Amino acid sequence: MSTAAPAATKKFRAALIGNPNTGKTTIFNALTGFKARVGNYAGVTVERKTGALKGSNGKVELIDLPGTYSLSARSEDEMIAVDVLTGLRSDQDRPDLVLVVVDASNLERNLFLATQVLEVGLPVIVLLNMVDAAEAGGIEIDVEKLTHRIGTKVIPLVASKNTGIDEVAEELNDSADRLMPSHTEVFPYEFTSAAEKLHEQLIEAGVPERYAEPFLVRRCLLEAGGMAEARIIREGGNNAKAAIAEIRKELADNGCRAMTLEARCRYGWIREALDGVVQRPEEHRASFSDKLDAILIHKVWGSAIFVLLMLLIFQSIYTWSGPLMDLIDGGFGALGEAVGALFAEGPLQALIVDGLIAGVGGVVIFLPQILILFFFIALLEDCGYMARAAFLMDKLLSKVGLSGRSFIPMLSGFACAIPAVMATRTIEDRNDRFTTILVAPLMSCSARLPVYVLFVGAFVPANSILGGLIGLQAAVLFSMYLVGVVVAIGVALVLKKTFFKSKTPSFIMELPPYRAPQWKAVFHRMWERGMEFLKRAGTIIVAVSAIVWALTYYPRPSDELTARVDAQHAPQIVEAEAALAAWLMREETPATTEELIELSESSPEEVAEGAALLDGIYAAESDRDTALQGAQIRDSFLGRMGHFVEPIVAPLGWDWRIGMGAIASFPAREVIVSTLGIIYDTGGDVDEESVDLREKLKNARYEDGSPVFNLAVALSIMVFFALCAQCAATLAIIKRETNSWRWPIFTFAYMTGLAYIAALITYQIAIRLIT
Amino acid sequence: MRTLADLKPGTSAEIVDLHGDDLAVQRIMEMGLTEGERVSVLRYAPTGDPIELRVRGYNLSIRRADASNIEISKD
Ligand SMILES: Nc1nc2c(ncn2[C@@H]2O[C@H](COP(=O)(O)OP(=O)(O)OP(=O)(O)O)[C@@H](O)[C@H]2O)c(=O)[nH]1
Ligand SMILES: [Mg+2]
Repeated sequence: MSTAAPAATKKFRAALIGNPNTGKTTIFNALTGFKARVGNYAGVTVERKTGALKGSNGKVELIDLPGTYSLSARSEDEMIAVDVLTGLRSDQDRPDLVLVVVDASNLERNLFLATQVLEVGLPVIVLLNMVDAAEAGGIEIDVEKLTHRIGTKVIPLVASKNTGIDEVAEELNDSADRLMPSHTEVFPYEFTSAAEKLHEQLIEAGVPERYAEPFLVRRCLLEAGGMAEARIIREGGNNAKAAIAEIRKELADNGCRAMTLEARCRYGWIREALDGVVQRPEEHRASFSDKLDAILIHKVWGSAIFVLLMLLIFQSIYTWSGPLMDLIDGGFGALGEAVGALFAEGPLQALIVDGLIAGVGGVVIFLPQILILFFFIALLEDCGYMARAAFLMDKLLSKVGLSGRSFIPMLSGFACAIPAVMATRTIEDRNDRFTTILVAPLMSCSARLPVYVLFVGAFVPANSILGGLIGLQAAVLFSMYLVGVVVAIGVALVLKKTFFKSKTPSFIMELPPYRAPQWKAVFHRMWERGMEFLKRAGTIIVAVSAIVWALTYYPRPSDELTARVDAQHAPQIVEAEAALAAWLMREETPATTEELIELSESSPEEVAEGAALLDGIYAAESDRDTALQGAQIRDSFLGRMGHFVEPIVAPLGWDWRIGMGAIASFPAREVIVSTLGIIYDTGGDVDEESVDLREKLKNARYEDGSPVFNLAVALSIMVFFALCAQCAATLAIIKRETNSWRWPIFTFAYMTGLAYIAALITYQIAIRLIT
Repeated sequence: MRTLADLKPGTSAEIVDLHGDDLAVQRIMEMGLTEGERVSVLRYAPTGDPIELRVRGYNLSIRRADASNIEISKD
C-alpha cells in the first residue's frame, strides 16, 4: 500500500459509457441528482460532464462519456473515451470503474461496445437499462445467466422510472472498489498472442508503456489507420511501424483479416453468450414503432407531417419568441432607466446603462429563441423523431456533402444562428458538424429582417412583377434569403472538399424505437442549454458591446461643438417660445388656474392651441438634442473609423456614415437601424418601419447634392448584411462549440470577405443597370 | 453481384460479403452487418434514399451507396 493519502479520502471514479440513447445521461442525472459540472475536454469539441454521487459526500465521482457505438477512433474527438478509460488525459483522472450502459431491447448490438470495454483492464459493471422497453417487445433476459456469461456484475434498470438506481448507488458506495477486471476473451489465440508479441516489440522499440499497454496495442492492430496506431508510430518511429506491419502480415497469413476480425469475433462471441439468455418472440411482430414509421416515413403523409412540424418549429422560434423578446427588451430598457436615475449624468451612468445593462440585455434577448428551439429538439430527440427527420432529409443534404442530421440546425439558422450552432451537437460526424457550424450563420436570421425591411421599404419601388403575381418588394426580400442559402451551399461544398473532407461519405444511423417523452429530462436539457449560452457566450458578448459603446461615446462633444449646435437651433427655439409668449399675452388668455379650467370647458380648442404651441418648444428642443447626439457620434472614435474606411467602402456605393454604421453593427447587426437613426439625426428610438428614418435616408445628400442612397446602394447594403458575420454572440458560440478561436476567426474572415465581394458586385452591376 | 441496394422493401437476405473502403466496411460491420447475418429492408425514404433496414433486432438506415457495397445471398 502506498503511503500517500489514506484510502478514505481518495476519490472513487466511475465512468458511464454506452451506445447513444441508452440512458447514460438519465442514469447520470438520477445518480447525481441532476447536478453536473459541464465543460470541455481540452483541445477537442467533446463535452466533459462530471458530478458527485448523491449522498457520497463527494467521495464518488461520476463521468458521463459521450455515446458511441465503438471504441475505434480515427480522430482526437473519437479518442476521448479511450483516453479517459486508459488514463491518458491530463484533465481527467483515470476512472476506477466503468459502468457500461446497455439497452436491454437491443442487447446484441449494445454488447459490441461492452466487449471492447471489457478489454480496457478496469473493473466493469454492466447496467442493463430499458428493461421495460425489452419486456414491452416480448424480450426476456435471464440476468443471472448473463452475469455468468459476461463475467461481470449485471444490474437491471429502468432509469427513466428510477428503478434499480438505488442498487447502483449502493454498489458504488460500498463494494465497487473491491471489484476485479473481467477476463472475458472474445478473440482467438492467434490474435491474442500476436498482440502480446507486438506489445513486447513496441516496448523494445521505445514506445512508452502508457501508449503501448495491451489494450491500446489491440486497438492498434484492429484499426488500420486509427488513432492508437498513429500515436504508437509517433512515439516509436520506423521500428514500431515495421513491427506493426510484420505482425499484421503474420495475422493475415493465419487467416485473420484485420479489417473484419473485430466485428466477426465480437458478434460471434455475443451470439454464443446470449444463447439461452435472451428469449425473443418467434416472428418479429410489427411493433408500435413500425406502425408509426409506416406513417411518419410514408411518401405522402411522412413528408407532409415533416413539413408541418418544421413549419411549427420555425414559426415558434421566428415569431412566437417575439413577445418574449419584446418583454426582455422592455424590461432591460426600464431597468436601464431606473438604474440611470440613480446616477448623475456622465460617463459612469452611460457605461452602466448603455454599455453594461444594454450589453447584458443584448445577451439575454436570445434566450427565448434558444429555449424554444431546444425544447423542440429535446422533445423530438427524446421521442425518437429526430432520426426520422434526418432520414427524410438525408438525400437533399447529401448533395452538398452533408447528411440529414444537418437539416434542423440549418433550418434554425433562419431564426437565429446561435441555437443553430448549438443544435449541431446532434451531428455525430465531426466533419459534417464543423461544416454545418460554419455555414449556419449564412442563413438569414431574424436580426437581418429589420435591415431588409428598412431598405426594401425605402428604396425598392412597390411595383409588381411576373404579371402582378408577386410584388417587387417581396421578390427582393426573398432574394436576400436566397443569397444566404446559395452562398451556404457553395461554402459547404468547398469546406467538405478541403478542411472537412470525410474519409468516407457514408451515413449509418440507428432509427431508435419511438418512446413517450420524459418531460422532466426535456425541460432539464432545454434549461441546461440556455444557461450554458448565458455563461459561455454572455461574457464575450458583453465585452464586445462595451467596447463598441465606448467607441461611440468618446470623445465627448467639445464645448465648441455644443455651442455650434445650440446656435444652429437657437432661432427655432426662440421662435417657438415667442409664439407661445404671444399666445399668453392675448387678452382672452386666462391668467389664473380657475380661469383656465373655465376656458377649457367653454372653448377647448383655445386651450389645445396653447398646448400645441408648448409642444412646439419641446419639439424644437428635442431637435436640438438629437442634432447634438448626431454631431457627437459623427465626431466619435467610431465616426473617425467611418472616415477611415470610406475609401474601402466607396466601391460598394457607401459613404463614410454607412461604413460607420456597418462597423457599429459588428457586435449585433440589428443595431444598424438605430445607429442610422442617430447618425441621420432622427434619434435612436427609430425602428425599421419608421417613416421619418426612411425620409431622412432618401433625403441624405453628398456635399455636391447627389443622394447618398439609391436602389443600388440599398441592394449593396442588404447583400452585405445578408452575408456578413455581424454577430458577436454567434462568434462566441462558435468558439464554445469548436473549443478553439480558430473557427470563429475563420468564420468572421470568410463571411466578411464574401459579404464585401458580393456587395461590390451587386453595387457595380446594379448601378450600371439602373442608370 | 446482388447487393443490399437491390433488395425490395418487405424482403430479406443474408449478407455474403462486404466490399469497398476499409474504414466504411469496419463502421458498417460494427453496427452488426456482418457476413452470414440476415437483413431485411423495411422501407425506402420518400426520395428512394436512404434505406431503412432491420438487423439483429433493431432498425437502422444506410445510404444506397453503402448498401451497394454489401453483397447478399441470391434467395
Ligand atoms: N423506456 C425507457 N426509456 C428510458 C430509460 N432510460 C432512459 N430512457 C429514455 O431514453 C432516452 C435517452 O436517454 P439519455 O439518458 O439521454 O441517453 P444517453 O445515453 O445519455 O444518450 P446520448 O448522450 O445521446 O448518447 C430518453 O428519452 C430517456 O428518457 C428506461 O429505462 N426505459
Ligand atoms: Mg447523454
